[in-house]
Amino acid sequence: MKILRNLSKDRLAAASFILIVVTIVAGILAPYIAPHDPNEVNMRLRFAAPSWEYLLGNDHLGRCILSRLIYGIRPSVLWVLGALFISVLIGAIAGFIAGYFRGKVDFFMMRICDIMLSFPGYVMTLAVVGILGIGLKNILIAFILMKWAWFARVIRTAVMQYVELDYVKFSKVTGMSDIQIIWKHIVPVTLSDIAVVSSGSMGSMILQISGFSFLGLGIQAPNAEWGMMLNEARQVMFSRPELMLAPGLAIIIVVSAFNFLSDALQVALDPKLIRSTNKFQKQEVETEIRGGKIHEYTRS
Amino acid sequence: MLKVDCVEKSYKKGGLFSREKQKILKNVSFECRRGECLGIIGESGSGKSTLGRLILGIEKPDRGTVLFEGKNIQDRKVRVGNISAVFQDYISSINPFFTVEEAIMEPLKGQKEIQSKIDHLLNQVGLDPSYRKKYPHELSGGEAQRVCIARAISTEPKCILLDEATSSLDVSVQTQVLDLLKKLKKSYNMSYIFITHDIQAAAYICDRVIFFRNGQIEEIVKTEHLKDVQSEYARKLLQMIITF
Ligand SMILES: Nc1ncnc2c1ncn2[C@@H]1O[C@H](COP(=O)(O)OP(=O)(O)O)[C@@H](O)[C@H]1O
Ligand SMILES: [Mg+2]
Repeated sequence: MKILRNLSKDRLAAASFILIVVTIVAGILAPYIAPHDPNEVNMRLRFAAPSWEYLLGNDHLGRCILSRLIYGIRPSVLWVLGALFISVLIGAIAGFIAGYFRGKVDFFMMRICDIMLSFPGYVMTLAVVGILGIGLKNILIAFILMKWAWFARVIRTAVMQYVELDYVKFSKVTGMSDIQIIWKHIVPVTLSDIAVVSSGSMGSMILQISGFSFLGLGIQAPNAEWGMMLNEARQVMFSRPELMLAPGLAIIIVVSAFNFLSDALQVALDPKLIRSTNKFQKQEVETEIRGGKIHEYTRS
Repeated sequence: MLKVDCVEKSYKKGGLFSREKQKILKNVSFECRRGECLGIIGESGSGKSTLGRLILGIEKPDRGTVLFEGKNIQDRKVRVGNISAVFQDYISSINPFFTVEEAIMEPLKGQKEIQSKIDHLLNQVGLDPSYRKKYPHELSGGEAQRVCIARAISTEPKCILLDEATSSLDVSVQTQVLDLLKKLKKSYNMSYIFITHDIQAAAYICDRVIFFRNGQIEEIVKTEHLKDVQSEYARKLLQMIITF
């Protein structure tokens, strides 16, 4: 709750958050919200301009662009979110174990992560698609395989700075089990780090999924996906450039929203800032210090 | 009651692949009796805190054992309710997301009448029950350390290890806390292992004192015989206080 209140102070972050929630809800409720069937071909309406019935116009097969955009949220955002969740979960478990227990487990896990991270991401995804075949599911599998190691790294580092603290030591002394300690003392404080890194990488994952769909490796026609819509619009790029606008803007806006949210979360979740009475005190001190410096300058 | 037997510990020095090890504790043996306050005095870097972590069973000695009433202290079940600790850094000793009452409640899980017990504990360490809802950053150093002490005595342990527990407090608060510790020790009949670099504080509260240097025990003396210590190092430490 405190986090939400902190976020709401930041207008841009609040707007991003609302936009993301609306997008997700729209994706889930797509059949109820979309005005038309996204795959309904109507050649008479080919390249029709926006009208009251088709708010964003029609594409090269006369399909409703708005409906396709709404249905496209599912692969472009929802499935990516799911893949992100799974890879964060795997990464978090690995990271907590490595960071908390240290020693040999840590060494072993980090070498696995090193190996995973030493492959360039795009190449590995292409390789996985090459082995498993084309399709959204396979790209998501490749994402999970590639990304968990990175999350494990980041989460391990976050965990390590907390296990040395005295209140964790005290809990160990009083005979609390490791799982209880992780759950009560480590998870709550690392949650902010996890939220920041996952919202930050969400943007890049959406871009990558759209990129692979653009290349024709992701979701297959006639299903709607933002990257694929861009690809379809590419064929008429010079005669009807406006067709690129809707999917392109959708990608840009959602990715930016995730990035803004990630930045804002970093501030909002900082435990020092959550507990501190207000930010202004800090600023005051800073200006005072600066003022003091200026004072010294003028004297000397 | 608590027996430290030929304990040794070394840490890796340098990078990941370096084989070089630095020996922090060398063959340390002593015993802490029931209801006794045992001081461990040494300069910083002599390995006192390392020894403390081994005594608390949260780190494993390379060689030797730490036994609590004949059982290995590394077993979690041996520690529950029997041993507790107060650390130097009172700021990081309490989870910043916990209130005073949550912090004190933590080791008490599953017990009846926790609410009245918290009031009683706060009373015992000289804090008002209104402190229950405060967060650690709203406390002064002395108050935070009192909360840590309340938390440590909450399970009525047989032994408490205090690692520089009074060292980062002001001198006047220091004596208050030392008096409090003395009082609590009497009413709960606990043993203390009092780790410090401050010989005066140790002399004030301890029954016996161990002089510790470079990971080794130099000498163990009763506090009343502190004046006639044998070893060079202990004499030097005492001398420094007198000249001050
Ligand atoms: N976890 C650790 N890893 C490596 N070296 C350590 C570790 N803990 C302590 N040391 C080393 O052990 C020595 C003794 O530290 P410590 O026990 O904290 O001394 P004291 O509490 O007497 O000041 C120091 O030189 C320190 O560098
Ligand atoms: Mg120390």
